[in-house]
Amino acid sequence: MKLKLFSYNQLDTPIHRLSGFTKLVCFLFLTSAVMFTYDIRCILAITVMSYICMNVAKIRFSQVRLMFIYVLIFLATNFVLTFLFSPKYGVEIYGTEHDIFTIFGNYTLTQEQLFYQITKFSKYLSVIPLGMIFFLTTNPSEFASSLNGVGINYKACTSLSLTLRYFPDVSADYNAIKLAQQARGLDMSKKASVMSRLKNISAILAPLIFTTMDRIELISNAMDLRGFGKQKTRTWYARKPLTKADWLSMGVCLIILLAVMYVRFFVNRSFYYNPFI
Amino acid sequence: MSDAVISFRNFGFQYYSQSEPTLFDINLEIRRGEKVLIAGPSGCGKSTIGHCINGLIPNRYRGTITGELIIDGINTKNASLFDLSHKVGTVLQDSDGQFIGLTVGEDIAFALENDNVPLAEMQKKVSAIAKLVNMENHVSNNPHDLSGGQKQRCSMAGVMVDDVPILLFDEPLANLDPATGRTAIELIDALADEGKTVIIIEHRIEDVLHRHVDRIILVDEGRIIADCTPDHLLAEDLLTKHGIREPLYLTACRYADCRITEDMHPSSLSGFDVSSCRERLISWHEKNRHPAEEQEKKLLLNVDHVKFSYDGVVPVLQDISLNVYEGEMLSIVGKNGGGKSTLASVITGFQQNDAGTVTCEGKDLSQFSVSERAEYVGIVLQNPNQMISKTLIFDEIAFGLRVRGIPEAEVEKRVLEVMKVCGLSEFRKWPISALSYGQKKRVTIASILVLNPKILILDEPTAGQDYRHYSEIMEFLQELNKNGQTIILITHDMHLMLEYTKRAVVLCDGRILADEKAYEVLCDLPLTEKANLKETSLFELAEKAGIRDPLSFVETFIEYDRRYRSNEA
Repeated sequence: MKLKLFSYNQLDTPIHRLSGFTKLVCFLFLTSAVMFTYDIRCILAITVMSYICMNVAKIRFSQVRLMFIYVLIFLATNFVLTFLFSPKYGVEIYGTEHDIFTIFGNYTLTQEQLFYQITKFSKYLSVIPLGMIFFLTTNPSEFASSLNGVGINYKACTSLSLTLRYFPDVSADYNAIKLAQQARGLDMSKKASVMSRLKNISAILAPLIFTTMDRIELISNAMDLRGFGKQKTRTWYARKPLTKADWLSMGVCLIILLAVMYVRFFVNRSFYYNPFI
Repeated sequence: MSDAVISFRNFGFQYYSQSEPTLFDINLEIRRGEKVLIAGPSGCGKSTIGHCINGLIPNRYRGTITGELIIDGINTKNASLFDLSHKVGTVLQDSDGQFIGLTVGEDIAFALENDNVPLAEMQKKVSAIAKLVNMENHVSNNPHDLSGGQKQRCSMAGVMVDDVPILLFDEPLANLDPATGRTAIELIDALADEGKTVIIIEHRIEDVLHRHVDRIILVDEGRIIADCTPDHLLAEDLLTKHGIREPLYLTACRYADCRITEDMHPSSLSGFDVSSCRERLISWHEKNRHPAEEQEKKLLLNVDHVKFSYDGVVPVLQDISLNVYEGEMLSIVGKNGGGKSTLASVITGFQQNDAGTVTCEGKDLSQFSVSERAEYVGIVLQNPNQMISKTLIFDEIAFGLRVRGIPEAEVEKRVLEVMKVCGLSEFRKWPISALSYGQKKRVTIASILVLNPKILILDEPTAGQDYRHYSEIMEFLQELNKNGQTIILITHDMHLMLEYTKRAVVLCDGRILADEKAYEVLCDLPLTEKANLKETSLFELAEKAGIRDPLSFVETFIEYDRRYRSNEA
């Protein structure tokens, strides 16, 4: 089966079998766990776990490479800027100062600063795979049905799932239009200046908006003609009742969250884990 | 009549957005279990009639209704879409765009979901319906991964699951290759046999008449022109007069000066009594046949052992070799998904071929960027909306020149020249939004032509167009071709290939199956079957009339028809 970039792939792995609702809850538990702590031990544990899950879900690196590259660029910039704006923040937090070497003037690299920044870096890095797993293994319709199951209006759920579903189609349109405009001479390569590239984007966006509007009119007619919105409620063909595996996964994630909180309040007694004292 | 399930009484409709009514004084009764074809040129109001029947009018498209329309006892004036959704099931034109579910099963279940049918019952119903349309092995597939014919089956199943008494098909043949179109018509026929009332809106009469229909309703300019049996309608000369193509075998008979009457059963070739025409057909053939002259050809584009695959696993093009000669107009035909569009993307450089070379005038095109290649090969996409990015026609055509930094004085000169060639001069100051589909198509062709490509590739130039617009676009392209422009057409329209291109390349499963004269392709039954094409009815007519050399008869017809049409124009 052809694996598509950035969209749900229908595979049969333990993670795909979980309900979309479960995956959302687990995602929220784990990301809150990461948000709640600056303890690198907890963060690394969650990171390792999420990469293992990615492996279990058979997500190939080639599918997510582009996203990873963008994230890494962002994180690297963030890393440098953090240091430039507050080179002594680590010292402030941990209360000690172990200098490594001075770069220039006031900018002395300390072990504390390095430790703080690495912790922050890995915090982001642990959340990314979680998001990707959620995005790439959740059947949009099934997800819509489980959101509806917890009381969210079904029209909102359906429009969410349609958005997820149409993402690949719209990006295919975008590519077709971009190539056709490039063939007419539109330069979108790095040779063109940023200003002219920005201007050129409008030559792609205008047709994209029109074709997308056509798509929307067609699909909403098709839905109306088949009775969408007739009743106050609806049933879902893609509905998966929650299984033991779902409850178990949610349980495990809740335990992880509680464990992280325990470490924060009773072990470290602080937001930060301090190896320097 | 008491068993009328649909009755229009002095019905008229005007969209709020338009200054004139679209439908006038429609009086029409359709009885339960009838199979009716509504035909007419684009813009005649036939789709509006469809929208009135399924309730999109007045619920979604607003306007003024006069008279009344009763559907199975419901007056549509006050009916909601939902009231009607239990009476009328609609299969829309574009089967790709109307899939809502992520799997076939889910898509079929959509109407049931909206009716709050419990999951267990829903699964039972879906598998029953899937079995009915032979899709039981595809229930968990993604509808977009299906073949054209399977997509049709899936969308029909989604409509039938509601057990509606009336089925409405809006241009079911658009976007289907000929063989798939034929199976679609057979499937619709099978549904009619189960007692459904079936209404087909279509302008391809010959293809629909592959199976019997009870009545044809001919619509033009918002009025019903004829409402009679197919035999009766075809015996008269009404279709051509109203911009619809009559079956080709009848055109041939008319050229041969045969009188066609209702009792000859002209509505289907198999039932057509050709005995009274035989003599005239044979003598017409003898009189008009003449050997075609071969011309000296100069090689322009060479595709040499090209291979391509999107994912490195499934080959899409396997060892394609092809020559295109200067001043030629040729068609690339074949199955939906057989690699036609991919071949075009490889030639234009949108995709890089994995092996082999593409050369134009002896230059290897792989050394050029996509935009540099545009000076050799220009492509016009199927949907003009995918190309138009400016509001004024002039700016749109000038776009390609301006981004190349060509001085404004020269831009103006070249654009005006192209506008003249394309018959757009009078629209110079018009906004594009005011143009018809065919005119928009011209604008997109002009915007490519202005770059002076050696070869112009058009992807399905006439998709969804009726005979009048089809002829308009094709005559225009032929005119360009006469002036020396080399043109490649990618199409699954057999008429287009037969009438306008001398040579046809048949592509199937990534390989070239045939590269020969267009009429030869359509007279080769094994080949047409393999490539999902359809044998031309002319060939069958010739055989039926006992003409000794049917191939030459087809050739003679094509030549004669070309001359006849150019005299008309």
